[in-house]
Parts: sequence; C-alpha cells; structure tokens
Amino acid sequence: MAARQYPIRVTVNGTEREAEVEARLLLSDFIRHRLGLTGTHVGCEHGVCGACTILHDGVPARACLLFAVQTHGHSIETVESLGTPERLHPLQAAFRACHGLQCGYCTPGILMTMKAFLEQHPDPDEAAIRKALSGNLCRCTGYQNIVAAVSRAAAMAKEGA
Amino acid sequence: MKPPAFDYEAPTSLAEALALKARHGEDARFLAGGQSLVPAMNFRLVRPAVLIDLNGVADLDHLSCSSSGALGIGALVRHARVESDREVARHQPLLVEAIREVAHPQVRNRGTLCGNLAHADPASELPAVMVALKAQLHAVSIRGERSIPAADFFQGTYTTALEPDELLARVQLEPLPTGTGTAFLELARRPGDYAMMGVAVLLQLDASGACTDARVVCCGAGDRPVASAATAAVLRAATPGSDPVALEALCEAAGAALAASIDPPGTVHVTADYQRHLAQVLAARAIAMAFGRAAAHSPRRSI
Repeated sequence: MAARQYPIRVTVNGTEREAEVEARLLLSDFIRHRLGLTGTHVGCEHGVCGACTILHDGVPARACLLFAVQTHGHSIETVESLGTPERLHPLQAAFRACHGLQCGYCTPGILMTMKAFLEQHPDPDEAAIRKALSGNLCRCTGYQNIVAAVSRAAAMAKEGA
Repeated sequence: MKPPAFDYEAPTSLAEALALKARHGEDARFLAGGQSLVPAMNFRLVRPAVLIDLNGVADLDHLSCSSSGALGIGALVRHARVESDREVARHQPLLVEAIREVAHPQVRNRGTLCGNLAHADPASELPAVMVALKAQLHAVSIRGERSIPAADFFQGTYTTALEPDELLARVQLEPLPTGTGTAFLELARRPGDYAMMGVAVLLQLDASGACTDARVVCCGAGDRPVASAATAAVLRAATPGSDPVALEALCEAAGAALAASIDPPGTVHVTADYQRHLAQVLAARAIAMAFGRAAAHSPRRSI
C-alpha cells in the first residue's frame, strides 16, 4: 500500500520549495535527504542533542521533533543560510578564530541556536551564553572555545554596528 | 529511528479538531509542540494511527492574564511565551520558576504547558506545580466542557483523567492571595535533564505571620505528582516570625517530614534513598525561600 502523500510548500533559506511528503517524514530527514542540505546534522533523533537545530519561523527548534508536513506555510532556516566558505557569517568566523569546533558535528545546531540567541541578547555574559548552549551537546571541545567564540561573535557584531 | 506511518490531519477550528478526535478516539493523538510525543513516536513507543495537528487552531494560542492575576493558558501556548511574559512572572512566579527547568530553550520554543500536562510524565516539573497551584484543567470534547482539578487529573504514569475524545484545551490558575510565597527547586544531573527530585512549595501567611495554608508537592517521587499532607501539617499554623534559628528548625522539620512521607521509586540514575535525601534537602531550602517571599508580600510587612 502506497503511503499517503501530503503536498507542502515551505520557505527554506529564503527560497520557496514544494514537495510531496509522507506524514511521518521528519523535518530533519526532509532537509537532508529531499533537499540535499546536509549541513543539518542528525544525532539522537529524540530532541536531546541539538545537532539538528534549525530556525522555524526564526525560532530555534529541533528538526527531529517536527514533521516536514507541519512546515507547510512556514519558513525554515538551516546552517546553509549563514555564510559561504569565502564569506563566512560573523558567527562562523568567530568559531574559526576561536577554535570553537573540533569534529564539527554539533556545530550547525549550535550556530543556528546562537544566531537567534545573539539577535535577542546582543551583549550576553558568559553565564547567559552557557545557559543558551545547554540544549546543544558537544563531545569534543569542553565548551570553553564555543563560549569564547560566541562572545567574540557578539563583540564583532557590536564593532560592525 | 522513524515513526510508524500515520494519517495527518490539520484542522483549522476547535470544532473540527474535536470532531476528528471523537471519530478516531484512542487511535488519534493531538499534536501541539510535539516535544514529548514525537520522541515517543521516533522510538515507536507510541503509534497513533492519526495525528491531529492543533497548530492551525488559532483559538488555542491564547494566554490571558487578568488584572487580578487569574491566568488562562491555551493548548498552543509555548513554554517560552509563558516564561517570558512579565504579567505571568508577577502573578504566578512558581510556574515561571519551574518552566525554566523544563528541558532546553529550543524545546521550550515548541513545547506547550497543556501538552506537557496531557503527557503526564511523573518526572516532569509542571504536573507537580499544577497540583501545588490547585490549577483547573479544562477538557473539551464534542460533548461539552468540564473542569478537572489538577489533583484529580494525574492518574498515573502517562495516564490522565482525559477521556479518549477530550482535549486539554486550557489551564486556569486563580490569583495567589496576598501573603503567598512559592518556590520550586530541583536537582538534575545536567541543566535541562529530568530532575532526580523536584519540590514545589506554596505557603500562605496571614497578617500575623502565621502559616494558614501549605502545599508541598514533589515530582519524580511516584507515578504522579506527590503532595505531602504530613509536610503541610508541619507547616500549617507555624509562625516562624523573624527568628532565623526557629525558621531553620521549622524548615528542617518539614523536610524530614517530607522524606518520611514519600516512597520514591528510584531510577537508573538515582536510588530511592538518595531521592528521599534530595527531597528532604530541597524541601527545606524551598520552604525557607517561600517563607521569605511570603513575608515580602505579607499584608503585615515584617519590621
């Protein structure tokens, strides 16, 4: 029996995309397998690790806890929306400068979480950054350099302003 | 790890959503934030045949706070909205204090209070808080609406008083009287984890500083929120006054009464004995905090 397909229209990184999806298709799998945007990583698939964090209507959310069909009429942003290798987003530049990643698996989720966080809290202290990072697991860095990178990104944004 | 196949319905009115639930009964689940339901589906622990997505039902995205502090929280109101609402913080500080302990920011951006309560995880903070606040939980179905006291709503692990055709549409909290002090404390292995033990406290002081009402409710201590009458009895009628030694003795006696009155289950992360110890320590601290806050809002300001 062919599974029922649902038509969706969703804005992904500013571009409208149309697709037919099975209801049970997770947004994380839709992004990776159907759209080919493999920057969004999949870790635990039950909302704990944060690797798949994307922006849903501008707000950080777990892509593994949303169904693609639910994004009909909404907008999502993935890590591909940030910068390019030639022209890094300030957050990405700060992570590179501060060595805020090692294996990089958790990084896309952290960048998307921090993008929204810095927009709301342009001048965060270290405690606030650590709290905002609490939903993103990193097994490599011990977080020190991630915190430093977020502070650097905030400072860069202020200098640039 | 993928959920089993299901049919997806996206009603745009409450009537339509309730009609769908009436038709499908226990085969259908409502989807609001999905932060508990979707993980359970990803693990295939829950296999609904139909998901009824409430996110298009605008009527449910309603948060109201009256000037007196009465609060109505609809089924689509996200934790993040409750957490950041100044009026809610002013009138229902216990709710905000506990919501900050629920999971992580990204989860609170999607997850809802009503969804959390309908999920009825006994380790969750919010069912205990609802019992401490004597919340009224409004269930609706095509048959009508009824109000369920929080103490009757939670009936066991993942089990509530909701009928198969009912939706938990709204939580109603009455304003806290003058002289009320509340506190929520928990201990988790990492921020955002389920607590090994959590304690919600509500104390009511009269103009003379005597405690006229006390509620102490634990999460993680059983298959539903555990309210300790023995602990409340220690606190009720006590007049801690401004003597710090007497206050500390009272808080410790109350903590000991709590530890003696609960029978926590223990988990892979924490033994029952340690849970009991945590309940004792957290309760003593939370009760001291609640007394301090009650005195600060007392009709007779302490001199």
